[in-house]
Amino acid sequence: MSDNEILKEFLDESHENLDELDRHVLVLDKDPSRQDLLAAVFRTIHTIKGTSAFLRFSKLEALSHAGETLLGKLRQGELPWGAKSASALLALVDATRAMLSNIGATGSEGDADHAALLLQLGEASAKEARHEPATAPPEAVPSIAERAPGVVTEARLRVDVGLLDRLMNLVGELVLARNEITRLAAQQIDPSLHRAAAHLSALTTQLQHGVMQTRMQPIGNLWGKLPRLVRDLAAACGKQIHLELDGEDTELDKALLEAIRDPLTHLLRNAIDHGIEAPDARALAGKAPEGRLVLRAFNGGGILVIEVSDDGAGIDVAKVLARARERGLLSGDSSRALGEDEVTRLLFSPGFSTSASVGRLSGRGVGLDVVKTTIERIGGSVCVEPNAGGGTTFRIMLPLTLAIIPALMVMCHGDRYAIPLVGVVELVRFENATSDRTIESVNGAPVIRLRGMLLPLLGLAAELGHEERRAAPDEPILIVVLEAGGRRFGVVVDGIEDAGEIVVRPLPSALKSRACFAGATIGSDGAVALILDVLAFARRSAILSEHRDPAPAQAVVVDDVAAQKLLLVEGPGGARLAIALDAVLRLVDLPITAVECSGGEEVVQHRGQIVPLARLSSLLVERREKARTTSDLSPDSSVLHLVVVDSARGAVGIVVDRIVEIIEARVSVTRPPTRSGVECSTVILDRVTELLHLPSLLRTTMASAEAP
Amino acid sequence: MISTTRQVGTFHLDALFLGIEVERIREVVGPQRLTRVPLAEHAVAGLLNLRGEILLALDVRLLLGAVGPTHSPARSMNVIVSAGDGPVSLLVDAIGDVLTVGDDAFEPPPETLRGPARDALRGAYKLEGKLLLVLEIDRLVRAARVSPSTEEAKR
Repeated sequence: MSDNEILKEFLDESHENLDELDRHVLVLDKDPSRQDLLAAVFRTIHTIKGTSAFLRFSKLEALSHAGETLLGKLRQGELPWGAKSASALLALVDATRAMLSNIGATGSEGDADHAALLLQLGEASAKEARHEPATAPPEAVPSIAERAPGVVTEARLRVDVGLLDRLMNLVGELVLARNEITRLAAQQIDPSLHRAAAHLSALTTQLQHGVMQTRMQPIGNLWGKLPRLVRDLAAACGKQIHLELDGEDTELDKALLEAIRDPLTHLLRNAIDHGIEAPDARALAGKAPEGRLVLRAFNGGGILVIEVSDDGAGIDVAKVLARARERGLLSGDSSRALGEDEVTRLLFSPGFSTSASVGRLSGRGVGLDVVKTTIERIGGSVCVEPNAGGGTTFRIMLPLTLAIIPALMVMCHGDRYAIPLVGVVELVRFENATSDRTIESVNGAPVIRLRGMLLPLLGLAAELGHEERRAAPDEPILIVVLEAGGRRFGVVVDGIEDAGEIVVRPLPSALKSRACFAGATIGSDGAVALILDVLAFARRSAILSEHRDPAPAQAVVVDDVAAQKLLLVEGPGGARLAIALDAVLRLVDLPITAVECSGGEEVVQHRGQIVPLARLSSLLVERREKARTTSDLSPDSSVLHLVVVDSARGAVGIVVDRIVEIIEARVSVTRPPTRSGVECSTVILDRVTELLHLPSLLRTTMASAEAP
Repeated sequence: MISTTRQVGTFHLDALFLGIEVERIREVVGPQRLTRVPLAEHAVAGLLNLRGEILLALDVRLLLGAVGPTHSPARSMNVIVSAGDGPVSLLVDAIGDVLTVGDDAFEPPPETLRGPARDALRGAYKLEGKLLLVLEIDRLVRAARVSPSTEEAKR
């Protein structure tokens, strides 16, 4: 190994080790009993000392030696861990890092004077020392063995990125050759050739996936430096901050990782500088003096989401508006209230900063807008929203470029599509013939009943612009139940294949405007498959409104984009019922004598038509015994109140006890239905009211009417 | 007088003899399995997998203003070119030779050509007995984006 290579390896390894050292020191600060971490820190510094001596970096050697002395005492238990130790060690790490950078850039250690640091380390070692150790720390030797070439202490190797890229290209060529072999083999009849080609194909795919994965790194690699950063920033601002990291294992491509490093750092600075208040301000507000900063990463609905959340004071809207007006970013009527979106937009505009004086660390007015453009450049987006309990959350959403996700493969019109498994709730198969499981219609949208709930449906074929295929009566209906944006809906597909991991590739830029595809992937057979963007699908079909309703996921979706006009009536037993006004043809009052009997059912003549009657008491099965004794006759028994509605059979008159009124209301479900014929229970005008589901209600009529 | 020459890769599409300057041609591959893209622009024949890279395949006939799509895109040759945003595959019937042509043989597009074909061509080289139409790659690929979507084309 040449000198240059030794040096390079030393620098690379040391930088990594120093990051780890930072983390260890911070953990030790909370839990000084961690002997394993003390040992690790000692080993690192010892190694640096040894190598710097070998490479003749005397300043580095001297510093490392002082650090080693301190650590030796800490390990021996001669010194308790204290704030002095922590600060001294962290200062050592910084100085070492600085020197290593210098070495990397110029080849020499640099001119920095470390006298103060050496003194600091000496003091930390000397203070409260009970006695001087007689001999050097016993475990000085093992580290040499660890550095022996070819000995791998953990199951990891460091590989040159260029080498990985070359491997990737080779695998690509292999894939092309594999495609050719597969194509040629398909033209031959020889079965052993087919088997060999299939085997080659499978192996190639696995190799391809494997090599692609070498570029994936857990986001924790980026987060390594953050605890130290937060500690320093907090100290500089005089605040107390507790950092929580969630989702370190979430993987993403190395390139993406690099790209979000700066934006993420800035958001953290922002939260510490502007978001979380000083301890006394927090105490005044009744909060714990230590602020909570949460950094969370997860794969959500097929998108990589990173959240920076604080429990601080939240965004001061008035301040934002004032500053915006000052900067000339906002014109017009000052009394006009701004929506949340506009406030967000202002925050992210260039040149905007709410600090009266530029904050210690941020607020130079170049922050949030740079964050936004950087993230948008890699195809992502960033937004901000207030937290329910106080504070703010910044959310970065990165599209699925080069993420590996589990997905379900489905078929539609002979093509294969991938649905990210994270959005899939369940798979349902309906035999078409079963009567109570056919696709019904609520306000024009197809729905199915699943365990008593109404689930809106989309046909994948229709959404993709194909012609609808009439399913044969004995053909089963396959539905993938999805959840996106807090709502559930079903997608009808032609076939469901297996689920497995796929590598997500970005769509070619020309296709990016196609909102319903989140990306593309290469299947095990080498063919490209499109990945469906579940959220976009739901939105496109107008099932989702733009605003997220905090309705629970189990809620029945009943066209709640706009308020509905409902006819309120009273049924048997004083029960309140509602009928969608759209379905009502007219309201008719007839004398009871107008009822005639024909063909086994009650009918009336009205406007030249013969209108069959439907009695609610026979249609809605009453649970309570008491209700059965209630007379069918309305309180005023000489008049019949009819609600004439349209049905598959034509006009039908529903007999009700009383017409209450016609109102416009948003149906927000409070309870799923408890009997057939009813869509749900809700509260209207302070009374529990059942919304009638006419098709199923009237089917009973037809069924009973047609019974011999 | 010394006239400059350049090298042009040539292709056949229906009765047309087309050319693309070699610097823009990344490579040429045989027929590839194409994945259909619903709701895509008219000229998008599909997506193909080139050594792990997912590329758009464009139907050059449609881009040149022909009425119907290429008869069997899955059997067309793929000319991978470097366009503005990245590589794109152009579907052609057959690959010709790389020819060296002189600028003195160059002419702007013929007057008789109208519509999208005119934009897509840089010009033509008069060769013995035939006319080599040189494609203007960037404009051609850009035309793919504004071409009507497949559903609109059906109406």
